[in-house]
Amino acid sequence: MGLLWASLRRDRGGQVLLVLLLAAIILVPLLNLAVPAGAPGHLSAYTVALLGKYLCFALLAVSVDLVWGYCGILTLGHGAFFALGGYAMGMHLMRQIGDRGVYGHPVLPDFMVFLDWESLPWFWHGFDLFPFAMLMVLAAPGLLALVFGFFAFRSRVNGVYLSIITQALTFALMLAFFRNEMGFGGNNGLTDFKDLLGFDLQSEAMRVSLFVASALALALGFLASRYLTVTRFGQVLNAVRDAEGRTRFLGYRVENYQLFVWVFSAMLAGVAGALYVPQVGIINPNEFSPLNSIEMVVWVAVGGRATLYGAALGALLVNYAKTFLTSAAPEAWLFFLGGLFVVVTLFLPQGLVGLLRRSRA
Amino acid sequence: MKLPTPLRPFTERDRVFDALVPPAQRVRRQTRHGTILHVEDVTVSFDGFKALDALTLYIYEGELRCIIGPNGAGKTTMMDVITAKTRPDAGQVFFGDGIDLLRLSEPEVAQVGVGRKFQKPTVFEQQSVWDNLVLALHSDKRVWASVWFRLAPAQREQIEQVLETIGLVAERSRLAGELSHGQKQWLEIGMLLLQQPALLLVDEPVAGMSGHEMEQTAELLTALAGERSVVVVEHDMEFVRSIARRVTVLHQGAVLAEGSMAEVQQDPRVIEVYLGA
Ligand SMILES: Nc1ncnc2c1ncn2[C@@H]1O[C@H](COP(=O)(O)OP(=O)(O)OP(=O)(O)O)[C@@H](O)[C@H]1O
Ligand SMILES: [Mg+2]
Repeated sequence: MGLLWASLRRDRGGQVLLVLLLAAIILVPLLNLAVPAGAPGHLSAYTVALLGKYLCFALLAVSVDLVWGYCGILTLGHGAFFALGGYAMGMHLMRQIGDRGVYGHPVLPDFMVFLDWESLPWFWHGFDLFPFAMLMVLAAPGLLALVFGFFAFRSRVNGVYLSIITQALTFALMLAFFRNEMGFGGNNGLTDFKDLLGFDLQSEAMRVSLFVASALALALGFLASRYLTVTRFGQVLNAVRDAEGRTRFLGYRVENYQLFVWVFSAMLAGVAGALYVPQVGIINPNEFSPLNSIEMVVWVAVGGRATLYGAALGALLVNYAKTFLTSAAPEAWLFFLGGLFVVVTLFLPQGLVGLLRRSRA
Repeated sequence: MKLPTPLRPFTERDRVFDALVPPAQRVRRQTRHGTILHVEDVTVSFDGFKALDALTLYIYEGELRCIIGPNGAGKTTMMDVITAKTRPDAGQVFFGDGIDLLRLSEPEVAQVGVGRKFQKPTVFEQQSVWDNLVLALHSDKRVWASVWFRLAPAQREQIEQVLETIGLVAERSRLAGELSHGQKQWLEIGMLLLQQPALLLVDEPVAGMSGHEMEQTAELLTALAGERSVVVVEHDMEFVRSIARRVTVLHQGAVLAEGSMAEVQQDPRVIEVYLGA
């Protein structure tokens, strides 16, 4: 704790991030619930959900920065962990629908009735229980990361090769989840959610609660990641990034350090996905799309690597631009994203945070 | 039934999996007077070319050994084998009381007490001098221990002392990447000291050093031997002459001659392949 406190006092950007989150936790509910609709300053439920979605992306960006910025693992597959967390939450929300589905089946979600399934597949059991579903939000991405990382890091796969197999991982999962037989709703995914913990998902109070939960998750995720980066554990990650061989000869088992941070990061991404799904109301295999995972890396590059708060900033800015652009000129988005990446790599290797630091120095 | 290769280890009844083996024990130092490192008949080939050719070499406890030899003689490869970076095609390497170094991984070799300085100085450039030393400090280096690691006052004291020894007290907060070449060499030696190894392997420690720095390094290495064994690979003959007790000449992956500096200098074979050149 003392160490975390000491590091936060030096971490200007982190302070700003936490203060902004605190302000948002107070202001957003006020502006939505206390200011009447139509009055100036009122935040619509739509805007609240949109902001909440951005915060989920920010948490996801922090998780990417932790492995890429601090440990040098350029992941191009973090969307997989995000989506798995999202599916775990989606499965819980599906079970919460109960007999209110279109077909009115007491247990089976609509898509299973549609496929003529007789009973719930084994891996859907338990998801009606909220605590179990929350456990799976961590366990599903965590286990995938553990198995994948165990083999990848033990065989010392790194650099471009590691990036490529992370991309292959999320691509393979996308193809698998597209299949109806997998039992996750095929290409339609999971949707038509009704309520969570007994509260209507469309209600303003629920929207605001999910927003606050996202802000808290981002704050806690940031603090936990910050703690890790300032301990000797974080020092070792840096050491692995800059001189892996040397680190081994100092007596550190590099693969265990990589595995730990990888699994931790995957779980953070899973939490982000779980908070994202009830706010957008759907999870489908497109979340596994390789392109999504590449976008995440762009957020971090734009904000500034190895700063954590920069990653969050990058996610917020790029997604704001995306919301704006995809409604103004949808075809332009991919070109914009590509261009952004080129500009940042060529001219802003430290991202926006680097730009700020330079202009102050 | 024939099992696929990856599963076969599970059927070997006497197989002990790495995960079940307790962390390698540190070698007890100064056990009995004798050899601390046995390298026997070690052969390493790269695509048919033998970088080491049945190399046999013994290092004694507390000695300062210099290893010389022309470029490509296999000096660095020998260190790679001892520190588990390269696995030899044949031969044996034992450390201290019979620890088989060929069965250990790089971190395990470090943990049992072999420290290594690379030919090209490698320090963690993005971290401060102080943090570099903290990383090297002899301690529990497992993940969980690192997450909760706090520097104890005694350890702080130890690092201060090493800073003094390597003359980087004023540089402690600077990034290691900003140091001069010679200072990086010293920092790396400092990191080695904090690892508290029983055997130090030092590859070309004075490359890029001024004459004065070289003298200091010679003093430091001489002071280190005794309490531990030090193996120095060096090209600079002046430097070798200034520190050497016993010199081993390597040539084409095998020992060509061994003895005092005066002896090897007079060896006609040595003169032919190395000193005469
Ligand atoms: N990974 C490798 N693949 C192929 N050949 C290698 C490899 N490593 C070393 N060699 C070769 O093995 C021989 C011995 O190399 P080594 O680096 O051990 O020499 P050295 O005695 O340290 O030389 P120097 O004085 O130049 O440092 C050289 O001919 C080198 O080219
Ligand atoms: Mg060499």
